[in-house]
Amino acid sequence: MLKTIARNLMRGPRTMTGPGPAEAGVEELASRLDRAARTRLGRSLSIREVDAGSCNGCELEIHALNNVVYDLERFGLRFVASPRHADVLLVTGPVTGNMRDALFRTWDATPDPKWVVAVGGCALDGGLFKGSYGIVGGVAAVIPVDLHIPGCPPRPIDLLSGLVALVEAAK
Amino acid sequence: MLDHLASIGTPAGNHRPFPRFDLDRDAWAGLITTLAEKTDWSLVGLWADTALVHMALREDLAGTVAVVSLTCPEGRFPSVGGVRPSAIRLERAAQDLFGLMAESLVDPRPWLDHDSWPIRLPLSADPPDPLGNPEPYPFLPIEGAGLHQIPVGPVHAGIIEPGHFRFTCNGETVVRLEQRLGYVHKGTEWLMGGRSIGEVAKLAARVSGDSTVAHSLAFARAVEAATGSAVPERAVWLRALMAELERLANHIGDIGAICNDAAFAYMLAECGLLREKILRAADACFGHRLMMDRVVPGGVAVDLPDAGRDTLESLLAEIRATFPGLVKTYDEKASLQDRTVATGRVGPELVRRFGAGGHVGRASGRVLDARRDPGHAPYDDLEFEVPVFHEGDVNARVWVRIKEVEASLGLIDQILERLPAGPIRASLNATAGQGMALVESFRGEIMTWVEVREDGVVTRCHPRDPSWFQWPLLEAAIEGNIVADFPLCNKSFNCSYSGHDL
Ligand code: SF4
Repeated sequence: MLKTIARNLMRGPRTMTGPGPAEAGVEELASRLDRAARTRLGRSLSIREVDAGSCNGCELEIHALNNVVYDLERFGLRFVASPRHADVLLVTGPVTGNMRDALFRTWDATPDPKWVVAVGGCALDGGLFKGSYGIVGGVAAVIPVDLHIPGCPPRPIDLLSGLVALVEAAK
Repeated sequence: MLDHLASIGTPAGNHRPFPRFDLDRDAWAGLITTLAEKTDWSLVGLWADTALVHMALREDLAGTVAVVSLTCPEGRFPSVGGVRPSAIRLERAAQDLFGLMAESLVDPRPWLDHDSWPIRLPLSADPPDPLGNPEPYPFLPIEGAGLHQIPVGPVHAGIIEPGHFRFTCNGETVVRLEQRLGYVHKGTEWLMGGRSIGEVAKLAARVSGDSTVAHSLAFARAVEAATGSAVPERAVWLRALMAELERLANHIGDIGAICNDAAFAYMLAECGLLREKILRAADACFGHRLMMDRVVPGGVAVDLPDAGRDTLESLLAEIRATFPGLVKTYDEKASLQDRTVATGRVGPELVRRFGAGGHVGRASGRVLDARRDPGHAPYDDLEFEVPVFHEGDVNARVWVRIKEVEASLGLIDQILERLPAGPIRASLNATAGQGMALVESFRGEIMTWVEVREDGVVTRCHPRDPSWFQWPLLEAAIEGNIVADFPLCNKSFNCSYSGHDL
């Protein structure tokens, strides 16, 4: 183990160069944020992930953001354990009827100013699960959504550029 | 087993590849008594249809599999849960979805239905309106001095799926864990009914994202069985290649995550990097990091490109160069071993009674692997070990994964070496029928059952994720352990919420 750590230190990081902010994302977000919120948030955002009914594919790629290749934290973004500590809710899945209350209460527990980022095709409008008795629709059916990152699931690099756009907007 | 089932029921036609028998009520009730004696006949699945209940059984030693069915016009059937506890939650689900009552079911509380849907009994012939004003879910009562409860979820602290865990503790020690699941119920089975094979394949790929290849494969093989369609040779091998890549990525990711739950972040960083490399190789070869929608009924959707072989060979070389060092670290770090050894034990008897497979079963002496029992192409032509351990603790579940990583590396070698040339997809026969498939996902055995019409419409599909038989054992594993070890135990199981809730 120590040998690997030493070798890793010599070799330098395996982290890839980060993407620029998603173009559409910056405009979309900047227009929604008032100046006060921007000053308060600075360049650092805390994210709370909420699975509101996903197939867990989106979670796998969100997880990947924490690996050494994407290394989310270098952008001032980090995952937190409680909505009370969060600025951003990252929500996946079609919202199931059984998760509707929990999602709303998580959002309600998140202090203002806050953003909601809906991740994946399901979170937009229910995706393939549209029309089922078991779901209430996309995330916007329950809470206001600020940014949507498409894909099934979105690649980590797309998640990253969407989130970087958020930080840019907050600057 | 087959002889016995044939003696009590009538063989049904058009069910492939395993036989199906129609039973009458007395025969079903008699079979329950027989099951109480035949402890080596395990439950593979139990699912309903409108006014009909099916049960799949396997004779463990002989490897024979069969399905029995009971028509229940009165909407009731004798419960199997008393003799096969793994049936209890399946029966509760059948009650919630179809309104079929399992008579004298030991635990008749609702399971998937949380009183939040616009209809009740959504898969029954005539779904009634919701009851309105739902009662709070009755958790099991607790009695005793010094006990307190910790409710957790459905929204958890990490990036994981939602579910509710209710811990009853005495000080630090967990006296009982009660799970409540169903939060990610999307009505998948309802959506699957009455749609074309192609549409249902997409839903099957999203039963549980981490086993998308395995679930797609199980659905495809069930449809091919039902319609008696053949799959091109090359597709059969490419499917196995994808399935093994999926297994590698998940097992390596899990090993890192388990160690991380024991506060050993180095393993997470290194395993996370390896996992990322596997997903990138999968993306380069098949155009999707998780290989979603790549296995389709009739074959595979994309071929391995020319450069794919090199990509995979250098991936294998890299894993072979790195992984043994990680295993050594895992095995030699006293701080890790202190957390994983003897933690979260599940005894062999429980694993057998619940018919649990995958790393949960194989860490507690149950050696079944659907790639070998009953087995299917190309695995019957390949050499690989199915590891088995007996301690039943977190450490044993880690070791099953380590050994399976090694086995998958060997399998991918053999597949790359022998991958035949030729077409990758064939059209399906336009035949009506019922089909079933057993496929080994990284998590354990998936059973998928389908019924298709001549015009290619799926009338019923039931994918049974391995998690159904593993979740209840997690309740047993944590008993007597400290609360702080729950994340570790939970991760060592890594059951799917979505695969279970559907
Ligand atoms: S968008 Fe795709 S990967 Fe994400 S939850 Fe929906 S089906 Fe799963």
